Amino acid sequence: MTPSVTASWLGRVDYPAAWAWQKELYLARLEEERNDALMLLEHPPTYTLGRRADGSDLVYGEAEMAAQGIGLYNVDRGGRATYHGPGQLVGYPILQLGERYDVLQYLRNLEDVVIRTAAELGVEAQRDPEHTGVWVGRNKIGAIGVKITRGITMHGFAFNVTTDLSMFQGIVPCGIQDRWVTSVAAETGHSHEVKDVATIAAKHLAEVFERRLTWAPPQSLIASGMFDGSVLSSN
Amino acid sequence: MGTEITMPQLGETVVEGTITKWLKQEGDQIEADDLLVEISTDKVDSEVPSSASGTLEKILVQEGDTVKVGTPLAIIGDGSASGGDSGGGQAESQQEQSEPPQEPAQKKEESDSGGQDEVPLQEMESQSAGGSETEAPAADQKSSPGSNGQSAQPDKPSESPAQAGAAQSSGQSGAPGDTSKRGIISPLVRRLADEHGVDLGEVEGTGTGGRIRKQDVLRFVEETKSRPAARSTSSEQPVPAPQPEQESKPATREPAPAAQPAAASTGGREELVPWTNIRRRTAEHMVAASLETARAWNAVEADWSNIAALRARVKENFKKREGFSLTYMPFLCKVVCDTLMEMPEVNSSFDEENQANLVKHYVNLGIAVALEGGGLIVPVIKGADEKNLVGLARGVNDVATRARTKKLTPDDLAGGTFTITNPGPFGSIISVPIIPRGQTGILGFEAIQKRVVVTEEDSIGIRHMGFLSMSWDHRTIDGAEAAKFLAGLRERIETTDFSADLSQFE
Repeated sequence: MTPSVTASWLGRVDYPAAWAWQKELYLARLEEERNDALMLLEHPPTYTLGRRADGSDLVYGEAEMAAQGIGLYNVDRGGRATYHGPGQLVGYPILQLGERYDVLQYLRNLEDVVIRTAAELGVEAQRDPEHTGVWVGRNKIGAIGVKITRGITMHGFAFNVTTDLSMFQGIVPCGIQDRWVTSVAAETGHSHEVKDVATIAAKHLAEVFERRLTWAPPQSLIASGMFDGSVLSSN
Repeated sequence: MGTEITMPQLGETVVEGTITKWLKQEGDQIEADDLLVEISTDKVDSEVPSSASGTLEKILVQEGDTVKVGTPLAIIGDGSASGGDSGGGQAESQQEQSEPPQEPAQKKEESDSGGQDEVPLQEMESQSAGGSETEAPAADQKSSPGSNGQSAQPDKPSESPAQAGAAQSSGQSGAPGDTSKRGIISPLVRRLADEHGVDLGEVEGTGTGGRIRKQDVLRFVEETKSRPAARSTSSEQPVPAPQPEQESKPATREPAPAAQPAAASTGGREELVPWTNIRRRTAEHMVAASLETARAWNAVEADWSNIAALRARVKENFKKREGFSLTYMPFLCKVVCDTLMEMPEVNSSFDEENQANLVKHYVNLGIAVALEGGGLIVPVIKGADEKNLVGLARGVNDVATRARTKKLTPDDLAGGTFTITNPGPFGSIISVPIIPRGQTGILGFEAIQKRVVVTEEDSIGIRHMGFLSMSWDHRTIDGAEAAKFLAGLRERIETTDFSADLSQFE
């Protein structure tokens, strides 16, 4: 039987909440208490630094970020600095890749998901042999950063739909100096609802990873207590 | 003599990787399958488990270094070469928790004498939050600058391994595909086994490839427990049914299943139903809400006869035109909104930070909905005060339908200012609900039943009567306001003429 993946549109979720959520799903997946999951969401303005980031990846100082209300988090994923914010589709697949997973193949598959999604929105995007991610020319439209523990994936991809690209000025995206970023809106002049793009991305993810796609409301991924922040803040 | 841990091949085309973080330090005791090192390849971080048990004697590749597949990364010895317990206090205390042989007799005595105090509260919490250790490699995951000190790492679920002593697992080596028959033993399972003194070698795994899951350990514990006990302990307290994640600790520290008191024998008449996420979250939420509010309670009885008559007149056309049935609920929503707008103090939050009551001059009305298959969800009708009766009927139908068909979004659940719960359809006539956090009141809509009453004219009549019960937070308001609010609801229910709102269905 084809394994299934349960996707859910979670709306706007702040970074720590989404992170905690991923970990819960990871544990549940590890315990085989649930099937694969795909968290689809958007973050409030946030910079994250992956394991390989260093100080030179940040352009803004702390004070400037605080003034702009931007969160900054060090994250246990691969890669360097990136920006998340409104208008950007973030996908966190919590997939059990099995015992013989291939980390690079997983990256290529995620790229494929973003490339197919972009294509459906009229953007011709591609891989770059030198730099992981999804590119339109020399501009990145999809960023990828992943963590794999015991064969189970966390973190994932970020796809610029109508992202405010000026926000990337606060960092050196992915530590690459001579490149820039783009979005579906910038490429096509059309805006799309991130939620609608999430539907498209989930479809392609299910295809690429050969899983049966089901949709579920957020509370089936976790109970409602997460949403008002009270559970998180009580920790 | 030691076992060499080498750089695993994390994929066919992967030739090298960068050590980004050692999750264990030299001198640490390690169980096979404990997460040992984090390796970065391109944009992937992989946490790699140890393939051997023993003492981490030597780390050969430092953090930040990139090495080829197959390069020795560390040496794990049998513990004889270097002191196993030279680690920090944290490591020691953890060892103490997880290795029964350390002063077992004394421990047992303590727990037998009823010392639940012995269980550190923090640990219980972390277990109930998913059975993970608190020893997470926290430092590196913290948010650094951040604006308001918000941590990027809520300390709940973390995948740092338990250093359980009893569990002897043959784990996975670093390389994918090199898994033994038993597969991965998760930290949670290892810990459970340790707490219950279960030898994982005896447990049959039902997971993929024979992997041992949490349920397998619990079932094993249940089964061994239901065997006749060989001897009973001196404990006089009846031991409660095993709550694997919380209460089992004091009583089951001993390894032998026979140590279970005979009273705990269940003969299959009890079962452990693991919490779902929604169960656990609901529990946490309700306890927190109960603890932080000062709940008081009032009820009134209202005469719904006028509304019942109107509803009877229009319900057929309503159903035809709107596609769903007109219930009493929208009427209640309407009178609640109108009364809240008149008495906004009942529509407020106790705002500790500002030392004030945050009074809201709009109504986002939460409607508690029981989910099929269990669980409770409270979607919110936003801007309920601006809706007319038909609008509220549609709103209620919309959220209830989407709740049942699982199409709610997080947004639907946030921002409620007052809540209605509806036990009436089950025949409840009085309930004492728990006040949602950040709200002052929750109203129980009880069953509307025909009852014999004395009417205004001092005659005996048959009327449609129903109680409205309200839990309210005595921190924000007093009994006078609560009673006045309920009286306002009753007044509106009994005297408002809703026929104009529904004239199109007459």
